[in-house]
Amino acid sequence: MDKTEYKDIFVFAEQREGVLQEVAAELLGKARELADKSGERVRALLLGENVAPLAAECIARGAHAVLLVEAPELAVYTTEPYAQAMYHLVATRHPSILLLGATTIGRDLAPRLSARLATGLTADCTGLEISDDGDLLMTRPAFGGNLMATILCKEHRPQMSTVRPGVARPRPLDPGARGDVERVTIPFNPVKFRTRVTGFEPAERSRVDIAAARVLVSGGRGMGGAEGFRLLESLADALGAEVSSSRAAVDDGVAARERQVGQTGKTVRPDLYIAAGISGAVQHLAGMEESGYIVAINKDRTAPVFQVADLGIVGDARQIIPALERRIRLTRSK
Amino acid sequence: MNTIVCIKQVPDTTEIKLDPVTGTMIREGVPSIMNPDDRSGLELALQLRERHGGTVTVITMGPRQAEAILREALALGVDRAILLSDRKFAGADTLATSNTLAGALRALPFDVIITGRQAIDGDTAQVGPQIAEHLDLPQVTYVERASLETPAALRVRRAVEEGHQTVEVDLPCLLTVLAGAVEPRYMSVRGIIEAYNKEIEQWDYSRVTVDERAIGLAGSPTRVFKSFSRGAKNACEPRELPVEEAVDLILAGLREKFII
Repeated sequence: MDKTEYKDIFVFAEQREGVLQEVAAELLGKARELADKSGERVRALLLGENVAPLAAECIARGAHAVLLVEAPELAVYTTEPYAQAMYHLVATRHPSILLLGATTIGRDLAPRLSARLATGLTADCTGLEISDDGDLLMTRPAFGGNLMATILCKEHRPQMSTVRPGVARPRPLDPGARGDVERVTIPFNPVKFRTRVTGFEPAERSRVDIAAARVLVSGGRGMGGAEGFRLLESLADALGAEVSSSRAAVDDGVAARERQVGQTGKTVRPDLYIAAGISGAVQHLAGMEESGYIVAINKDRTAPVFQVADLGIVGDARQIIPALERRIRLTRSK
Repeated sequence: MNTIVCIKQVPDTTEIKLDPVTGTMIREGVPSIMNPDDRSGLELALQLRERHGGTVTVITMGPRQAEAILREALALGVDRAILLSDRKFAGADTLATSNTLAGALRALPFDVIITGRQAIDGDTAQVGPQIAEHLDLPQVTYVERASLETPAALRVRRAVEEGHQTVEVDLPCLLTVLAGAVEPRYMSVRGIIEAYNKEIEQWDYSRVTVDERAIGLAGSPTRVFKSFSRGAKNACEPRELPVEEAVDLILAGLREKFII
């Protein structure tokens, strides 16, 4: 394989029902950052039915150009039509790097595609960099977040990665950005379409998005149940924050699952994360350690949460949280 | 209906602790278990057999010790258990692993192949769809339930971010199953006793229909460049203070960071 024949970064611009997904904006921004360093170009791969209006958004988020595939076969995501379209785009244009979001769609599509392309794929990455040799360094957690590994795909192209939502920040929208939009027609082979989506049952609409919050007041078992969580809600109110939680508090029925931070919950990176009564299982730490400033309050001096905290207080969060709230309200009223 | 379940032996990552000083993983004494998603996949296979007849076969790739999870599967009532073990398979990334498993699966009759969604040691969720591609099978991932819709198709419920989809998939097919969706059964005493009278088939490279260059370390496009524990680099020295002083300290921190 001649690596010099492969260049540019392709980003799967995931859309659902005509809405460009947040992770697509994040990846376009990240790809642009990498491309600016290596002197390459970023192409957004925009697939769906009636999705042309999103091309401008892809360009405003960092793509130099867009490959647009509109087809009724792509109206609702199923593996094979998307795999055929992506395979066609990649096999005819030879990108060096192909990035997808680590969503249920990205993680269904990417491994299928990597096997068809006979190339390497690194799952659920939290860090991407270009090495001195020009290869992609893909960093990801393993062992439930206990271990980080940096993966290379040196002798195969494209270098494929799914990237965890929330780990990169999108570039601000640049409405002045210009780029080409190229329409591509795919020679589909419908004989291989052997799955059909026949029904959909929406989950109860999530009222909160902890991943979007700038400040999170997060509680665990150490808050002592629902009463303790009311203290957190009150502090969150004073700070203009959202309440989040550890898995333990969710399992106890004290907090809603949509508020859970960690490996099986959401990855968050607010400016401020207050961990109250959370001991800090690695699965939890994996979901919040990238926060800007971490304050941990726990009775147990040896709690692992202190290993990632910027400020650690050994004490009872049920006393400290309301005292902190009082002082903040006082400051605000001055 | 004949189902094959691909299972993996993994360290119980919920039991792994970090050394508070060095921040490295303490692996000693961590028990090995059947991967939780695979355990649910196996349960789904056993339920399909109960409803529709047929057989359940389990297969795992790994060292000799991985027999433990095959024995466990036999105790749960599977019909056949295969250990894929050969030095040639070692050092494989997900693509090479999927090539090896696909090579073995080619030699077996099946209507459905089930894998867990992902293994808790690697968390990649890649091997299932990669097997499906090698065997030219339709795939459905994140599966919670499955039933026979017609003699030639399954109806499957799968979890996505916004809710649940119902998908119809033609047979033969591959499903990746979520832990927690199907409550795995317990081994019975009789099952455990009988498991020790059943044979575990040992398959080496000679039994697998695959190019040697596509498996093991040589067949792996990806390499671990370096691995590191997250470490204790941010570790702060926790302070024990009276409540109001603790609050002073927190407020000072927030002001310094311009958060308030």
